[in-house]
Amino acid sequence: MIEILNLVKKFKSVDKNNQPTFKIAVDNVTLKIRRNEIFGILGPNGAGKTTLIKMLTGQILPTAGKIFYDGKTFEENKTAIKKMLGVVPQHINFDQDLNVGENLELHARLYGMEKIDRRQRIDKLLSYMELADCKNYSVKKLSGGMKRRLLIARALIHRPQILFLDEPTVALDPQVRRKIWALIEELAKGGVTIILTTHYIEEAEKLCQRTAIINGGKLIAVDSPQNFCDRLGKNSLEDVFVELTGRRNSL
Amino acid sequence: MNLRDVATVFWRDWIVLKRRLTKFIFSRMVAPLLCLTAFGWGIGRNIQLDSGSYLDFIVPGIMALNSMNLGFHSIITVHAERVYHKNLEEYSLSPISAESFLTGKILGAVLKSLISSVIIILCAEIFGANIFLSPNLFLVLILNSIIFAEIGFYAAMKLSSYEEMAQVNTYILLPMSFLCGTFFKTATLPSAVRFLVECLPLTHASQLLRNLTSGGGILFESLLILTAYAAAGFFLSLHALKNCQED
Ligand SMILES: Nc1ncnc2c1ncn2[C@@H]1O[C@H](COP(=O)(O)OP(=O)(O)OP(=O)(O)O)[C@@H](O)[C@H]1O
Ligand SMILES: [Mg+2]
Repeated sequence: MIEILNLVKKFKSVDKNNQPTFKIAVDNVTLKIRRNEIFGILGPNGAGKTTLIKMLTGQILPTAGKIFYDGKTFEENKTAIKKMLGVVPQHINFDQDLNVGENLELHARLYGMEKIDRRQRIDKLLSYMELADCKNYSVKKLSGGMKRRLLIARALIHRPQILFLDEPTVALDPQVRRKIWALIEELAKGGVTIILTTHYIEEAEKLCQRTAIINGGKLIAVDSPQNFCDRLGKNSLEDVFVELTGRRNSL
Repeated sequence: MNLRDVATVFWRDWIVLKRRLTKFIFSRMVAPLLCLTAFGWGIGRNIQLDSGSYLDFIVPGIMALNSMNLGFHSIITVHAERVYHKNLEEYSLSPISAESFLTGKILGAVLKSLISSVIIILCAEIFGANIFLSPNLFLVLILNSIIFAEIGFYAAMKLSSYEEMAQVNTYILLPMSFLCGTFFKTATLPSAVRFLVECLPLTHASQLLRNLTSGGGILFESLLILTAYAAAGFFLSLHALKNCQED
């Protein structure tokens, strides 16, 4: 359902001698992501994972290449595609002048949800994320883990059909991480397509039906974690990762 | 553009303002009270104008200045939202259009500017200024704050650092504050300077406001110039917004 064709992103940059140059963050990536799968994007720091997600969600324009959602390009069907997508960004990006509940309400309004639905959905997600008591807190006062949970709650308010999670479990304690894994599996069972970037190999191994491994902006391989191991005769996805990217897991 | 989306963007600014409304109102009283005291009572005593008192002369100047400053400073919080907190991403991911976002933000700035204008009018009345109030007066105040909100928005989309944002204030707003017929008539300037000054929007806002507060009618040429500035500002801001979303 998501087709990515020869996608390239070049950023303006400067080299060692401070001369202007280009940084190729995503290098000719071609990929298909199926409806209702949990798709992992695995790669070391700076591999281009976030850049890829930003292009897929329409936040930045590709330098070259095409993205199709159900056969239509982003530009052809912008509003409908945007309504369908949910994004959990890598960094915290709340509105600092709004409290927890208001941040969620702003999101719900931006996606055109009606008042009653808005209220119910916000309360439901807050309690699912164990944030119900924090509804009137300033977002500045939440702990790191609470902020991550709120990011996920916010992305889910408008019931997206495709959810992008950019390193959703970074800096979370094992219990919360497990809870988020369970949520992801539950969402997938409910028909949501999940695209997830991660550094944690065990996360990809546990959750993802298929995983893309990228390094230096290039797509190196796409397969299920099991097939990767079988193909390369390795015991774990971690070994596969090290073999394919030529480096230890960046963490 | 979608009115509901405009309302959403405005709603956000409104709830933030509502929480601080009392503080906002008090803080907005400081500058006009100082200006009225210094220029109206202090300097104004010794100045005789052919058309009434200096106090009556500078009240519309203060109003022009104020709607400029409020339009600009209310909107430039989007700079930190874009560069530092990154929460403008929420809007660029959402299905609302750039037009709706920009319009909602401008309306938020206009609201603050209008509240502040009303405070100045009340202060001026207390100081005993003779000023005529009319719907056209508010039209000009709105138009002026729209223009400077757009300038602020454009800068916030284009510039990357706080220092550069502060320079917009130093190199654009501050000179206009002094030169654009706010504290004196532009007719007294040498003709070359006068020509330059009369190209600037604040000059026309001051002239319009002065004419209206002294009981005169609308100056159509000035109104046209302000409208042109507002329209151009909208398109430039929109362009800057779309470009920075696309990186
Ligand atoms: N706006 C930008 N301007 C210039 N270069 C950029 C920009 N954004 C990303 N890059 C560069 O592109 C490359 C890929 O960055 P990206 O953030 O996509 O990596 P990532 O795989 O998400 O890394 P991480 O695991 O650290 O989050 C990096 O070399 C980065 O420096
Ligand atoms: Mg990243």
